[in-house]
Amino acid sequence: MDVTRSSKIPEILKTHEAELLSEWNQELSATNTRKGLIKEAELKEECREFLKLLRIAAQSGNLSNIQAVEWREVREMLTSISRSRSHKGFTPTETATFIFSFKRPLFDRLRQQLHDPAELGDEIWQATDLLDRLGLMVVEAYQKSREEVILRQQEEMMELSTPVVKLWEGILALPIIGTLDSARTQVVMESLLQKIVETGSEVAIIDITGVPTVDTLTAQHLLKTVTAARLMGADCIISGIRPQIAQTIVYLGIDLTDVTTKATLADAFLMALKRMGTTIARK
Amino acid sequence: MERIPILQMGEFLLVTIQVDMHDRLAMTLQDDLTNRISQTNANGVLIDISALEIVDSFIGRILGNIAKMSRVMDAETVVVGMQPAVAITLVELGLSLTGIRTALNVEKGMALLRASISESAQAQAIATEWDLEDDAED
Repeated sequence: MDVTRSSKIPEILKTHEAELLSEWNQELSATNTRKGLIKEAELKEECREFLKLLRIAAQSGNLSNIQAVEWREVREMLTSISRSRSHKGFTPTETATFIFSFKRPLFDRLRQQLHDPAELGDEIWQATDLLDRLGLMVVEAYQKSREEVILRQQEEMMELSTPVVKLWEGILALPIIGTLDSARTQVVMESLLQKIVETGSEVAIIDITGVPTVDTLTAQHLLKTVTAARLMGADCIISGIRPQIAQTIVYLGIDLTDVTTKATLADAFLMALKRMGTTIARK
Repeated sequence: MERIPILQMGEFLLVTIQVDMHDRLAMTLQDDLTNRISQTNANGVLIDISALEIVDSFIGRILGNIAKMSRVMDAETVVVGMQPAVAITLVELGLSLTGIRTALNVEKGMALLRASISESAQAQAIATEWDLEDDAED
């Protein structure tokens, strides 16, 4: 590529901004199959804004490195566009087409303005290189915003899956459902201990009926939770240990002698009531 | 020199740790508390650590040791108001402070102390009764 000659693209963007914009709009509305998702006026406004920022950035003369400072505003704008597209339900292709559809108007302009074939080739290469990079950036930003959604949902699921329930004045229950891994146990432990402080509960029942398997790590996490609760001055009861899990615990040699265990949540609750000095009687 | 106050409430001693413990302060507390127990013949010690937010392995160990020392000197010890973060840290450090009584707050700790002391008093009374009966039989 000839680097000594400066590119004609910034100049073309400057002098033919209006024509480029109208042609681009036509191109976009021709390819736009999802008219219901975005308003025509909004799309036009986005195009105008993008073209303006592109012109300013291109004037810096740097057309190859879009990570440079001059392109910051363009990058920010495209990121916000792809984020809003991903929220509106556009596909990645449709989002990237926003940039790629600008190629035809720009190439048409270049062809009209430049007559030397070698120069035209160079310019078209530069333009396509630039637009490809911008397009890829749009797709990347789109994907990133999707990943953020997934991450947020994961966190929410984690919070939802560990509710601490108050059964009685001074008695908490923590029904655990699903596999206990380190990250989840941390959340379980913290929310249980926090709730103990908040409610001033003396007994906490950890019900593991919904835990499919217990390995040494899970058991260790459980023991840690029980010990931490004891340090704070609350008693823990573990309930709902299923036959297979009981077998596994014994075969693994996990020592649960210091921990009170009960067969069902009901038994544990009864024991907790007794410890609190309360009894339930039928009328 | 900075010191942690030890208050006497009847037959109990009340230690409230209101500042972040550093090593020197912990050692001073250990000396002061053991001295006070022997001076006052206290039956119970209540250590309130609800304001303590940071512990390291040393402070954790000293806390455990203080509790064990007072028990050796015939004073029931209850540690009350441990924060969740502190509890998690101690467990992760492997300091589960086994054999030390704990309670959620000062009120519950006091109740626990009274209960355990009246229990031991009862046990003592029964033991004395048996001794008397033995003497009578003789």
